[in-house]
Amino acid sequence: MALLEIRNIVRRFGDFTAVDGVSMSIESGEFFTLLGPSGCGKTTLLRMIAGFDSPQAGEILLDGKDLVSVAPEKRPIHTVFQSYALFPHMTVAENIAFPLRMRGMGKDEIGAKVKASLEDVRLADRGGRYPDELSGGQRQRVALARALVNRPRLLLLDEPLAALDMKLREQMQIELINLQREVGITFIYVTHDQTEALALSGRIAVMNAGRVEQLDEPSKIYDSPKNRFVADFIGTCNLIDAEVAASGDEKMVLEIKGLGEVMAKGKGEPGTRGTLALRPEKVRIGSHLSPETEENHFKGTVHDFLYMGDVTVYIVEVAEGVHVEALLPNSAAGRPRILAAGDPVEISWRYDAGTFLHE
Amino acid sequence: MNRDKWLISGPPLFYLVVFFVIPTLIMVIASFRYAGEYGGLAPVLLHDANGTHLNLTLESYQEYFSDFIYTRLFIKTLVYALITTFFCLVFAYPLALMIARSEKKRRDLLVLLVILPFWSNFLIRIYAWMIILGPQSAFTVALNGFLGLFGMNPVRLLFTPFAVVVCLIYVQLPFMVLPLYANLEKHDPALLDAAQDLGANGWQRFWRVTFPLSLPGIYAGVALVFVPVLGIFAVPDILGGTKGIMIGNLIKQEFLEARDWPFGSALSIILTLGAMAIVGGAALFARRRDV
Repeated sequence: MALLEIRNIVRRFGDFTAVDGVSMSIESGEFFTLLGPSGCGKTTLLRMIAGFDSPQAGEILLDGKDLVSVAPEKRPIHTVFQSYALFPHMTVAENIAFPLRMRGMGKDEIGAKVKASLEDVRLADRGGRYPDELSGGQRQRVALARALVNRPRLLLLDEPLAALDMKLREQMQIELINLQREVGITFIYVTHDQTEALALSGRIAVMNAGRVEQLDEPSKIYDSPKNRFVADFIGTCNLIDAEVAASGDEKMVLEIKGLGEVMAKGKGEPGTRGTLALRPEKVRIGSHLSPETEENHFKGTVHDFLYMGDVTVYIVEVAEGVHVEALLPNSAAGRPRILAAGDPVEISWRYDAGTFLHE
Repeated sequence: MNRDKWLISGPPLFYLVVFFVIPTLIMVIASFRYAGEYGGLAPVLLHDANGTHLNLTLESYQEYFSDFIYTRLFIKTLVYALITTFFCLVFAYPLALMIARSEKKRRDLLVLLVILPFWSNFLIRIYAWMIILGPQSAFTVALNGFLGLFGMNPVRLLFTPFAVVVCLIYVQLPFMVLPLYANLEKHDPALLDAAQDLGANGWQRFWRVTFPLSLPGIYAGVALVFVPVLGIFAVPDILGGTKGIMIGNLIKQEFLEARDWPFGSALSIILTLGAMAIVGGAALFARRRDV
């Protein structure tokens, strides 16, 4: 049985439907992420799991038992808030002791647990400090320690790293993964940052306009996006309008306006319109490429390029109005020079590098 | 830079020196002088056969300590001030909390309603209480009718300590509501969500989060209510009769009716020092980490 079962949850605010029939089941011990742009309903869904909001339709079950009728303070679920929401009038140790006190635990037991918890998050010497005397990363760790100290069944994290700078965020991501593995508590993580979601999660639910667009492992979501929204939202992606010209069982030929025929994996009814989603890093680019079998090969000119340090992103015009982004690591062997705008180039990609998304 | 500082702080500093520091010093000196023959003050310097000498005395202070009645009046004033402060806090806290948690666009209107009484004259508002508490008022008649149901004797409300305290609470209530509201309005609602999320029920959320965070607002409100009540004389003058008088009335009497300026000054100084001692002591006692 799944730890948390969400069935056809609906939440409307006036005319606006924030969560529109969402279902998912989350297994015990999972690092599960709700990913989507702001306003997609991920935070509303999280608040309903925490109990701060109630669905107008649908069920939420924890261990198979109804959760909607349980008051937030009675749910074995804790939240790490985006703003951390540390109590400013309490020391770090008092903050961490708070959930234990609310459970009526004895003083000695609280003391021991708080001490162990402070050590877990490497703040053993900061117990007597007040939150405003800590750095952003330390506050983040206090918020985690406070939410984990009485071992909830489920930990909800609402964009917990959004307030940190990039370097610290990467460091905290690693800490989060390790912490989750150590404590073995199920994490539900909300973010709009797709790289964060890919790096942290066991599974991701990509949400848009109150619905789940795709729910899968990070690599599946990245490599085989189900639709145009997911392809576009996760990473960068070439999205090229195409139409099925002919199809076999595993391969098909797509007709792209202005470009001609392209081989792709999958099958489809001829005449079906859709989008070819192609990741820039799967497109080869060079002044001269030796064509290989099973590759699509085109000549074009560099329309523009973005030098990013480790890689360069080229926008190649392969036909009038058809642009393909290609990514070239700057460490690529034998690369004579950075291609400049206007240079003639060749690009190619294997037939199975992209995904055809039916409309 | 330095000159700018003086330009900015100069006018208020000048104002306070001329209209507060100097008058206070004059009063301190007056409390050590003799009363003039027909009221006012006797000269500071006395010329006689032995030459010129200072004509100062501790008589006024001796008079204060010679009769416990003055200290008793002081204590009574203190008790009135404490009762007033207590009820203002009890009434104002829920009100301030309600305003702070109401819809944002409604808050300004509610605050306006709280300060609305300031638009009418202070004395007129006190006289209004004379009518409300008068023996023939609807309120008094209804109250006595109610008491009569239980066989109790009718009570008189006007010209009693009750009338004084009720009016003091009414007059001072906004001064408690405003600082409390200013404090409560700034509280981060996420803190209450966090407390609830971590297992705190409504009662615990209030006493563990809202209340401790509002302490600075409570201190400010208490100071704004308590200290002015100590020196107030208009309310007991109009509503207190003989039983309801406070230290402020005595000071006023000494200046205007008894024409004993030195004693009036001494009482004022004692009141000021007493108020400072109480507030200072409370501040020391309550000294903790500012939030």
